[in-house]
Amino acid sequence: MDQPENSHAPRPGDAPEPSDTPRSGVTRRAFIKGVIASGAVATSAAYLFRTSGEIFGQTSAPGSVERLITLNVNGQMRRVDVMKQETLATTLRYKLGLTGTKIGCDRAECGACTVLIDDVPHYSCSVLTHTVRGRKVQTIEGLANGDQLHPVQQAIVDEQGFQCAFCMSGFTMAAVGFLKTTPNPTRQQLAHGISGNLCRCQDYDKILTAFMRGAEYMRRTT
Amino acid sequence: MADTKYIGHNYTPPDLVAKVTGRARWAEDFRAEGMLFAKLLLSPMPHARVRSIDASAALAMPGVKAILTADDLPDLGPNVERALTNEPLYAGEPILAVAAVDELTAAEAVERINVDLEALPFTVDPLEALRPDGPSARTTGNVWGAPMPGGVGPNAASPLKTIRWTSDQFADAEEGRLPMGEPTEQWSYGDLDAGFKSADLVLDETFVVQSTGHHPMETRTAMAYWQNGKLYIHCSTQSVAQTVPGIARWCGIEPTQVVLISEYTGGGFGSKGGGTVTMSIPALLSKKANAPVMMRITREDESYIGRARTNMTGRTRIGFAKDGRILALDLFIVQDNGSYGPMGDHRSAGLAASIIYQPQAMRWRAISVLTNTPPRSQQRSPGPMQANGMIEPLITKAAKQLGVDQVEIRKINSPVGRAVFGPAQPNGQRQRLTSAFINEALDKGKQTFRWDERKAYSGQRRGAKVRGIGVAVGPHGSGSIGFDSLMTLRPDGKLYVQSGVGNLGTHSVMDLARVAAEVLAMPWEKVEVNWGDTGKGVPWSCLSVGSQTTHAMTRANFAGANDAKRKLQEIAAKDLGGSPDDYELSNERVHRRGNPGGGLTYAQAAKRAIELGGKYDGHEVPEDINAMTKRAAAMHAGLGLMGVAKDNYPRNGTTYSFVAGFAEVEVDVETGKVTLIDYLGVGDVGTVINPRSLLAQIKGGSCLGIAHALQQKWVFDPKYGLMVSRRFHNTRPLTILDIPASMQAEAVDLPDPETPVGARGVGEPPVGAGYGAVLNAIADAVGVEVFRRAPVTADIVLMSLENKKRMHEPLQAHV
Repeated sequence: MDQPENSHAPRPGDAPEPSDTPRSGVTRRAFIKGVIASGAVATSAAYLFRTSGEIFGQTSAPGSVERLITLNVNGQMRRVDVMKQETLATTLRYKLGLTGTKIGCDRAECGACTVLIDDVPHYSCSVLTHTVRGRKVQTIEGLANGDQLHPVQQAIVDEQGFQCAFCMSGFTMAAVGFLKTTPNPTRQQLAHGISGNLCRCQDYDKILTAFMRGAEYMRRTT
Repeated sequence: MADTKYIGHNYTPPDLVAKVTGRARWAEDFRAEGMLFAKLLLSPMPHARVRSIDASAALAMPGVKAILTADDLPDLGPNVERALTNEPLYAGEPILAVAAVDELTAAEAVERINVDLEALPFTVDPLEALRPDGPSARTTGNVWGAPMPGGVGPNAASPLKTIRWTSDQFADAEEGRLPMGEPTEQWSYGDLDAGFKSADLVLDETFVVQSTGHHPMETRTAMAYWQNGKLYIHCSTQSVAQTVPGIARWCGIEPTQVVLISEYTGGGFGSKGGGTVTMSIPALLSKKANAPVMMRITREDESYIGRARTNMTGRTRIGFAKDGRILALDLFIVQDNGSYGPMGDHRSAGLAASIIYQPQAMRWRAISVLTNTPPRSQQRSPGPMQANGMIEPLITKAAKQLGVDQVEIRKINSPVGRAVFGPAQPNGQRQRLTSAFINEALDKGKQTFRWDERKAYSGQRRGAKVRGIGVAVGPHGSGSIGFDSLMTLRPDGKLYVQSGVGNLGTHSVMDLARVAAEVLAMPWEKVEVNWGDTGKGVPWSCLSVGSQTTHAMTRANFAGANDAKRKLQEIAAKDLGGSPDDYELSNERVHRRGNPGGGLTYAQAAKRAIELGGKYDGHEVPEDINAMTKRAAAMHAGLGLMGVAKDNYPRNGTTYSFVAGFAEVEVDVETGKVTLIDYLGVGDVGTVINPRSLLAQIKGGSCLGIAHALQQKWVFDPKYGLMVSRRFHNTRPLTILDIPASMQAEAVDLPDPETPVGARGVGEPPVGAGYGAVLNAIADAVGVEVFRRAPVTADIVLMSLENKKRMHEPLQAHV
């Protein structure tokens, strides 16, 4: 991983020679090697791009991407100032005020940040905002039509599909995207269709029941 | 309660539309003008001492506003975990925090801070810490002793001690059996030796229960700012009222200075019980920087500071009679307490064993060992789930050897009604349950699950596949008492119920108002539940942990609603004559018996309450309510007729809930893969308040146990003391593809006689049920000798079957 040259963060490599026989036989060199081998370094900044200042996007170098761009989000054209390494999840949540999209892991593992891009579910934590210019982004906030819930939202309410619901936005967008192409799935097909999303309250059975009902509602309304 | 309109009926919780439209706001969804972002500097070493910190380069960066170190924090007393430390006890422990204008700047600043660390001895394995020359996790000791005198509860304060076992005592370890040296705690009852002597079968087995991180979907993010001397904190916590004292203590301020907002919490499972100490970091940084501070916790941060279950290695010796009755049970537990604590899961495990297996004689011995691994907290069924893991394999093995049916051997040992358990108390008496209907749950489950039908084919190999069935009963304490309730019936004709518990999605935060609606015959659509904001005034409520909320808060709100009912009756009698008892409630009126159209409407009575003042509109409140409830009542005084009361109902016994889990698995003996085919959970949880949420709790909790049986674990590099399982892809929680095609839950719905509404809690018992049932089903399919640790992964099954003996390292933790 890249480190700024002037960085003095206490990485394992900065550890002093063990003085008071900390652990028999572990030298500084062995500690570093072991840490590298296990890939287990305690760091708080792991999800950020750790680079030196000049490519933070603070300045627009010649040939670099424009920072002020227009995004099509939930049917609205939104002007937004975006850094080149910025993810769509960050833009939605921190620049456009669309906090319904959740960040659960920021590394494409949990699906809490799922949104539709041109009707296809994507992990917005792993999509660079600059790549969605000219495409249609839909978030959980864009599903309902005024006070009229989307059929899948209505099904969740009717079946009380989720518990804590932190995963709900992502699951819902994944299900809506899947049902657009597979309107009449079996329970098993639907489970596969939304298997990129994690829930920790874990009544997956009821989640499936809610989305099966959502599929039924969608078929009725389209 | 007979003929209920709300209790026992499904409803749509009032927060659901906000959740499904993305409007519900969790801690990270709040913004404040000029908000800064915080990042943590985490210890790269499992045990070290900070010699010095050079932050000059970071502070010189534009946009860096403040740095917080352990020296800025209040002293919380000896050995107590603080938000930041100068002696990190685990790799990943926060040493300092930086606030800057944005996260990138804060992260860059963290990189530029030079912390000089002196490495100290460490261990990530509790048995290693007990070896004669083993390392101690702390410079001042390696184990927590028995609770200090007067200490009560599972997490009573304990002294730090140093205990080493001898090489002779470790001889058993070579055989893969848990060595049993000096314990720090023990109790016993009955004649253990006589029990073993008269037993027809004696088994002695060692089992390793793993640790796993809680990893709720929402990490423990918090945003804080100060206004007029008050701290406003938006945080992710399981409890609302009960998080206030902790935040105040961690920040060194008074509870009255804290306004806590937590309307939605994305799961906790015990890891955010009364909040979490690191939530004080943005609060204190905000004070230092004089600006609001958001501290987003990443998934990797969460794996370090986000808490985990205590892992336990247990050695169990059980003497059975021919019919399967347990005559003697001798349980020895080595608990991995992690770096802080003291944890009490080992005690809960001992009591749970005594409850669900009802041994005629029992001894419990335990030692709680400190390791340089992240701090533990209670995780959904803390202790009882571990007991299920350590003991179930022996019960299943005995049933096989004695030729007793799996369900029958559990029934014959189950507690019935007000069964006794545990050791004698200081008063000479053993504790009693308030009630238990486990056998009813087992009978119901056996029928629904078609147990006998499945039994006919279990254990038979078809091609490479062999099926097995298993059953287990998960127990857990399920109810506290003595909390407060606060509600107002206002001139607009609506009932406003203040709810001080957390909103974790179990709906108990609203279910408690269903009880008030029931007592006051109030249409549900005219009930407003106010929750999640202490600024709105909430009563002193239970911690939303330990399956206690439904029990505790239905009691409190039954009391509060009856207080309101009495006041309605008194006002009617004052204005219309007669005695209060002549009046009853229906159709939103308080009226004379048999005259439902007469009397006063609720709106009129609310208005009269304000005119009368005093106790009627909350200007006078009961003496015995908590100070927080008094403050909340003062906010609502004069708004209408106030129902306010402490739960003073008697309770004879200790409240426990139970879930019986039934599982069928298919094991592929050529690949070792275990597939869960079917699962049923049956709850003995008292009166059902909210059926749909109850069944969700049973299924969801069971899934956590199932995941522990099949795939979830923590992994550490023992040489360097570093965590390997830091993200979802290597902690392996259950996914939607891992659940069986058919998953069912039901409840016996028998009221607990020791609580007015009859309801007990449900959150935890399904976890041990799912864990035990799946482990037993695997044992049923391929034999109990295949595994002695969980999760039972494909490599364990395959290696053991191939070599016709258990092949895995039996005692090492976190592999």
